[in-house]
Amino acid sequence: MYAFDFEKPTTVADAVAALADDEAQPLSGGQTLIPTLKQRLAMPSKLVSLTGIPEMQGVCKNDAGEVCIGGATPHAVVAAEAAAHYPALAALASNIGDPAVRNRGTIGGSVANNDPAACYPSAVLASGATVVTNNREIAADDYFDGLFMTALEEGEIITEVRFPVPQAANYQKFVQPASRFALVGVFVAKFADGVRVAVTGASNDGVFRWTEAEEALSANFSPDAINGLTVDAGDMIGDLHGTPEYRAHLVGVMTKRAVAAAS
Amino acid sequence: MAKLSMTVNGRAVSGEATGNRLLVEFLREDLRMTGTHVGCDTSQCGACVVHVNGKAVKSCTMMAAEADGAEITTIEGIAEPDGTLSRVQQAFQDYHGLQCGFCTPGMVMTATKLLEQNPSPTEAEIRHHLEGNICRCTGYHNIVKAIMAASGQDVSKIAAE
Ligand SMILES: Cc1cc2nc3c(=O)[nH]c(=O)nc-3n(C[C@H](O)[C@H](O)[C@H](O)COP(=O)(O)OP(=O)(O)OC[C@H]3O[C@@H](n4cnc5c(N)ncnc54)[C@H](O)[C@@H]3O)c2cc1C
Ligand code: FES
Ligand code: FES
Repeated sequence: MYAFDFEKPTTVADAVAALADDEAQPLSGGQTLIPTLKQRLAMPSKLVSLTGIPEMQGVCKNDAGEVCIGGATPHAVVAAEAAAHYPALAALASNIGDPAVRNRGTIGGSVANNDPAACYPSAVLASGATVVTNNREIAADDYFDGLFMTALEEGEIITEVRFPVPQAANYQKFVQPASRFALVGVFVAKFADGVRVAVTGASNDGVFRWTEAEEALSANFSPDAINGLTVDAGDMIGDLHGTPEYRAHLVGVMTKRAVAAAS
Repeated sequence: MAKLSMTVNGRAVSGEATGNRLLVEFLREDLRMTGTHVGCDTSQCGACVVHVNGKAVKSCTMMAAEADGAEITTIEGIAEPDGTLSRVQQAFQDYHGLQCGFCTPGMVMTATKLLEQNPSPTEAEIRHHLEGNICRCTGYHNIVKAIMAASGQDVSKIAAE
């Protein structure tokens, strides 16, 4: 790692101030950023830890019935504390990486990073969640912007993610066993006004909504509704773990499984 | 350099660390507690697992400064002060849960937490919980058996022969 300073503020305001310095970068659970620093792929002058800020911790339900998760809440806490409010989201969190990764890694870090194979982005997009930052609220549909790209500005911090709770939902992840990320992951969420389907792991453009499946499932919420629907393999990732055609096929399979399991 | 203080295995320790010092480097190189191992240094293998404020974490993937003020337990703090092995450690010995022993500190730290949270895990739960701990020697079978035994369960039914 290159040399950098370390700061650990206790309020969002102090964190934002600390991040105003040139080349300062937020550090949350570090489960992505520390490996990146070790490879010398980033050269911050200073890391600003977000893990000591009480207002960015925990899971609660607001008056609108949304599940609100503090930006620095570790996956293990979401797995435990969101279970009563939004079981599909808690189940997703409980299958990220391994127990030690879940004890450090956070929702804000995952959503800020927007890895094309990460789990949370699919839940955020399928739920139509709101990404709350230190200065605005961003709708999920406006937030994700391709591989590792998001609507976040320099120095902007995710303080909370707010999830509307669907009537039924499920996440199915086809695990890439070496990394434990999703080779393909599909999150299906059924709301009173329609179904949303978000796919991670598969596309060269990162997480995306599979609108054809959404229309079919909104008319008939059953696995059979997906029969005959396909995603274009031309847009899918091809690497040593799977060809684009394989991933395109898995999108259909995982969507069916998610619908079958949705509760 | 920033000053750090933390409690390691019940003992108050302090030192100085640059911002880019990892917790595992602080433990191994500054405190000279080399029981915690570095297998991969890429957050994959779990040989470096320690408990920070009661949670199992990969100490190669946490900055030392982040642990300022924390309560830490390492493999050196798992046995009784008189050297009596913990239940998990004893079971690893009894059931040959190690060969070269490189992964063992992380395995024991991870398994110890599992049994705190889930005193009678199934074989599948044990295997799921060990996903972040890689062993190049044993094939995992005897590790799973040892953890089953440490939880007081019958090990005769465990899958592989
Ligand atoms: C072995 C292993 C297995 C894993 N398996 C999975 C998996 O199965 N599925 C999955 O989804 N992920 C997986 N991950 C990734 C893990 O979930 C990370 O925790 C997550 O991607 C990043 O979160 P973090 O809190 O660790 O962020 P960090 O590593 O601290 O930060 C990541 C990036 O986000 C920025 N950032 C952090 N917090 C904020 C914030 N609040 N606001 C704005 N920017 C911020 C940082 O500056 C950095 O650029 C795995 C990681 C490892 C090491
Ligand atoms: S050395 Fe930390 S996970 Fe391998
Ligand atoms: S006993 Fe050798 S790596 Fe596990």
